[in-house]
Amino acid sequence: MEVFKYKKPLSLMSKSKRFGVLSLALVIISLGLIFTKGFNYGLDFAGGTLVQVHYEKKAPIEAVRKAIAQDKNYESASVTYFGNDNEIIIRTKNSSKALGKDMGDTMRELLKGTGNFEIRRVDMVGAKVGSELREKGLMSLFLAILGILIYVSFRFEWRFAVASVMALVHDVTIAMGAVVLFGIEVNLDTLAALLTILGYSLNDTIIVFDRIREGIRDIKDPDLAGIIDESVTQTLSRTTLTSLTTFFVVLTLFVFGGEIIRGFSFTLLVGVVVGTYSSIFVASPILMWLGFSVSDFREKEAAKLKREKEKEKMRAMYENGTL
Amino acid sequence: MKTLNFRVVLFAFALIFGVVFSIPSIMQSKSGEKITLGLDLQGGLHMLLGIKSETAIESRIKSMAGTIKYIFDDEEIIFDDLRIVEGKQITFELLDKDDVAKAKTLLKKELPGTVLSENGLKFSVEMTPKEAKRTKQNAIKQAVDTIRNRLNEFGLAEPTVAKQGEDKILVEVPGIKTQADEQRIRELIARAAHLQLMAVDEDRAARVMTMNSNEAKKYGDVILPDVYDEQRRYLLRQIPVLDGSKLTDAKVGFDKNNQPVINFALNGEGSKIFGDYTAKAVGKRMAVVLDNKVYSAPVIRERIGGGHVQISGNFKLNEAHDLAIALRSGALLAPVYVMEKRSVGPSLGADNIKASSLALALGFVLVVLFMILYYGMAGVIANVALVGNLFLIIAIMSLFGATLTLPGMAGIVLTVGMAVDANVIINERIRELLHAGKSVAKAVEDGYDKAFTAILDANVTTLIAAVVLWAYGTGPLKGFALTMGIGILASMLTAIVGTHGMYQWLMPKIDRKKLGLWFGIKTEGAK
Repeated sequence: MEVFKYKKPLSLMSKSKRFGVLSLALVIISLGLIFTKGFNYGLDFAGGTLVQVHYEKKAPIEAVRKAIAQDKNYESASVTYFGNDNEIIIRTKNSSKALGKDMGDTMRELLKGTGNFEIRRVDMVGAKVGSELREKGLMSLFLAILGILIYVSFRFEWRFAVASVMALVHDVTIAMGAVVLFGIEVNLDTLAALLTILGYSLNDTIIVFDRIREGIRDIKDPDLAGIIDESVTQTLSRTTLTSLTTFFVVLTLFVFGGEIIRGFSFTLLVGVVVGTYSSIFVASPILMWLGFSVSDFREKEAAKLKREKEKEKMRAMYENGTL
Repeated sequence: MKTLNFRVVLFAFALIFGVVFSIPSIMQSKSGEKITLGLDLQGGLHMLLGIKSETAIESRIKSMAGTIKYIFDDEEIIFDDLRIVEGKQITFELLDKDDVAKAKTLLKKELPGTVLSENGLKFSVEMTPKEAKRTKQNAIKQAVDTIRNRLNEFGLAEPTVAKQGEDKILVEVPGIKTQADEQRIRELIARAAHLQLMAVDEDRAARVMTMNSNEAKKYGDVILPDVYDEQRRYLLRQIPVLDGSKLTDAKVGFDKNNQPVINFALNGEGSKIFGDYTAKAVGKRMAVVLDNKVYSAPVIRERIGGGHVQISGNFKLNEAHDLAIALRSGALLAPVYVMEKRSVGPSLGADNIKASSLALALGFVLVVLFMILYYGMAGVIANVALVGNLFLIIAIMSLFGATLTLPGMAGIVLTVGMAVDANVIINERIRELLHAGKSVAKAVEDGYDKAFTAILDANVTTLIAAVVLWAYGTGPLKGFALTMGIGILASMLTAIVGTHGMYQWLMPKIDRKKLGLWFGIKTEGAK
């Protein structure tokens, strides 16, 4: 089977301004959401306690709320269904340092009259640990981006690196925006998803860039827009296909992977879509806007090649004893 | 005709290696290196504990004060007003000037790591800063050892207790069945198990109900409550006769009413101190104090030698059993508190395994079907590599005894999606070259050649993200980064070298006229 047949290059660069505007709008909306509505920090980053209770039958959520309210400490606790009707989650901002009796034990007593239940999960994160995790999380995002920037500069050229990192920031920002928009709880696994998006979206971008790098060497016409159009078109089938396989997999994870990793799989789902879009429509135009010049690049490459050749010649002469 | 080549042989070895070393994990056999399931998959308790290490200094000072009292009594040095100031300084006054030199030499010998300052006949003893730091570090190390001993003695399978960072302790206990059990374990860990034998201040005991703690302090006393009746209070000498550090063993026994009690034995030094003290204090009461609660305060009828002491109380058998463990494994020098806690019940763990396995299986099937449908035999080859990749991930994780967590499962699922990426890139290249009219052999070789840099660069950048996540992530996140990292590395071997080898091996059979079967394309470029 073959879906994408290469006939002639799509004219993408001529429309790059439109995609630029679209991307810019999405990024601005996302930033707006992040700064106005803000993240819904979950337990890992905000601290607090979470108790997951599984009932044999449908969970009597009102009775649970009443039972919990008996204890003044838990007045502000929120009770929600989790995944299905038998499962509920009780959350509070409180965190207790005591080892002996924790919120799970208290809940076991408070909920006694509400039916047959089992406490399946008690997570508690102290405020100090929460802020530590948040710092570490931001640090890891930053370090990953830095590492990638260095590697791509080394393998390509600085404009490629800047373009790919801008595309990355674009993807991560929009994914974060979606997380805020849908009120997804931000936990450690959301962070893992964001880092995966970094790697994944870059993966796509690199493959397009690799083709452009090849095109610069092989295509005679030094018009960058033409080279980009041709390279992007050539990799289009690959980009779409792998995005599709990854999308399938993430979708199964989202649908069947269980409520606990929903934050993770949702973020990834958005990331895969945005990452694919950006590597086709965003990363390459940035390269052009950064003023990348094909002829300069070729000259540099040629100079490099010449230097190497001269070195070899010198060595050969040296080895032959003619120097 | 060339049949085998080094690539396909290498891949075959990798496959055999993968299968052989994944067997113990997949079959869940008893022997062999296996993947450990994370607490979120098998259920269990994960805690990050902080430690109040200042308390270790306080109790160290207290025990030093006890030593001073004992050696002065022993050497017949007359002193007065021995007390502890702000939990970090011991002050006392000598009554006889002639004792000063002797006292100084004794203290220097018996209390290393302290500084003694004097003002006339008034003296104060303090720890050196270095000693204070050492005491704090020692408290952490001792807490780790003690908690480990307690959990081991409790009889649980493979608990992990490790120091994390400067002053934190990581505790992981798998395989807890019920939440009540979990609470019992938490209480066992938290138990300070600080045993003290303290003299009742008989001169002022009658006034205890009206005395406040400040007044008691003035006399060098403390007021402690009864363990079963908070209203009942005892006035005790602040500096204990003995503490748990002189204890050698603690066992559960039964008294004549068949009520559980704890019998403990003192070491030689402890027995001597205890014997000497009881000989002097006949007719007075001595309190058995555990974690600042008085369990009993019997009257001493005669000198007690042999160093056997009993704690009685209205213990339940479980409680006595846990208490004996705590006493045996020693006191915590400093109390611990919870900074982070995650506990997963076994049924939730089983649900998590079910959900993530289903996602893995479904994702795998979807990808495999898609590859066959789209690429024909080339897809089959990619799928063989994918299966090899999965086995390799499991084998490598088994060999390192790595832990598989829920995010780790997600990492594997994701690897399935990304591992075929390399093959998609290669296959697309080969198709391009075939369309351009190249021979099959040339198309395959050039396809691999040209696709390589793209795959390498793409994988290295993903690997960078995985390494950062591994270095900065905690707990389950490390699991995700680990499986993804291993998956990427393994895919370089299976998806690039392995499939390349398979093409070279099958090359004589690939028919230029059957490109639809082999590469899933109809090409007009065929010549």
